[in-house]
Amino acid sequence: MKNRIFGLETEYGLIFIPHGKVYLPMEKILGYVFEGLIPNSWPSNAFLCNGARFYQDTGCHPEYATPECDRVFDVVVHDKAGERLLEKCLPIAQERLKEEGLSGDIYIYKNNTDSMGNTYGCHENYLMRRDIDFWRVTEQLIPFFVTRQIYTGAGKVLKVAGRSHYFISQRAQHIHEKTSSSTTSSRSIINTRDEPHADAEKYRRLHIIVGDSNMSEYSSYLKVGTTALVLSMLESGYRVTGVELEDPVKAIREISRDLTLKKKLRLEKGKERSAIEIQRLYLEKAKAYLSSEEEDPVGRDILERWEYVLDELEEDPTRLDREIDWITKKGLIDSYMKKKNCDLDDPRVAMMDLQYHDINQDRGLYSLLSREGLIERIASDEDVLRAIDIPPQTTRAKVRGDFVRFAKEKNRSYTVDWTYLKLNGYWEETILCMDPFSSDNARVKELIAAAESKD
Amino acid sequence: MKKQEKKGEGKKKSSEKEAAAESNPEVVEKGKKIKEDIDKIMDEIDDVLEENAEEFVKNYVQKGGE
Repeated sequence: MKNRIFGLETEYGLIFIPHGKVYLPMEKILGYVFEGLIPNSWPSNAFLCNGARFYQDTGCHPEYATPECDRVFDVVVHDKAGERLLEKCLPIAQERLKEEGLSGDIYIYKNNTDSMGNTYGCHENYLMRRDIDFWRVTEQLIPFFVTRQIYTGAGKVLKVAGRSHYFISQRAQHIHEKTSSSTTSSRSIINTRDEPHADAEKYRRLHIIVGDSNMSEYSSYLKVGTTALVLSMLESGYRVTGVELEDPVKAIREISRDLTLKKKLRLEKGKERSAIEIQRLYLEKAKAYLSSEEEDPVGRDILERWEYVLDELEEDPTRLDREIDWITKKGLIDSYMKKKNCDLDDPRVAMMDLQYHDINQDRGLYSLLSREGLIERIASDEDVLRAIDIPPQTTRAKVRGDFVRFAKEKNRSYTVDWTYLKLNGYWEETILCMDPFSSDNARVKELIAAAESKD
Repeated sequence: MKKQEKKGEGKKKSSEKEAAAESNPEVVEKGKKIKEDIDKIMDEIDDVLEENAEEFVKNYVQKGGE
């Protein structure tokens, strides 16, 4: 696979359930959550010691953007670290509520939909070379993104015409276009937002807003890993044929509703294929691509897991109840319904659908299963804990993270963004860091050394 | 690797699996354990579900994101 920068941006759902009748505006709750992260201040935008960014998104969602990662494993770990960071803020925020004489519970969900049909996303970012024909690549990517949900979907209990159904994807029903520049009014499979946070003559950004937020590290790993693999193969000139969907937006919804995974989708020129068959065409091409490249253990690992899940999905999807979110959650709900003798319309089931995504590990159902050893992990708890404080060591995130740590330790005011940093009120000079692949910056080192010697 | 082991197991026909379960006390024991685990988890799920689940879910309203 090609060397590449990845990042995930996750918007979380946030709600306060008061014990009495006093409701608080969500802005205020979110402010308390932020205070848990950065004491004695009320910022709505912060870069952290691990190089990540934590901020208030449109619609009052806490949003966590992972630092730049150049390994798929790192992005999975740093995305998980975001959950743990928010979880750590909860008791502090609860304490602040108490000080104000309010009692109640704050819930934070890593999902993509509420009970009214509003949606918030998990955006994937892949750095692409500018000289690649973007439109050719995106046309080829669309059938891949439409069908990928069979192993990346987070599952959703949704009422349609008064009856509840189980859907594979949280996001699929909210996608209205193939490509678009908007992320709110008309959500698309591929978003054309092009902020590379790097030299824009050399790079562009591939911004994907069609995916679900994953609790499962395995799903997350496959989501980013297979996409990176397919992207590398398309950039190298490989073409996948016989996958062009007649109506991709219709197809994405049809797949989400079909738990048998057998439904045939209409292709251009009158042919039909199932989602698994379409995925297999990409898989086969990726195999050919990898075997033509130098030995690549990461690419090989992604490929093996990808093939494994497609085989299992074809044979019997329930076998993936340790790996894939929509299957794990469905298995849990099915067991519950059997035990309680209830159906999908039961409100407890709707609440399970929500509680699966609760980031509080004492309440979240995914965490419960994980604790019982019923989840296949990619990373260890130690990996995740480390990522809360330590940036990826092989990208620009290291420069930023180390700088933020230094400034905080010295109690200095600073200004940081993805591509620059500055120590305020001292050597007032903005240092540009335009290369996301570079974990070393001589000028930043100089700045830190100079500030140290003045102390 | 665990993944590989699981893969092999997955390939087995379900009838073979059942036959193995009947004859192998270890597997029977494991089955019992899984059932107990599930029961335990179901109880724990009830602990985290609000008494008024319907109200709770209805109140879960967000502004659209992005």
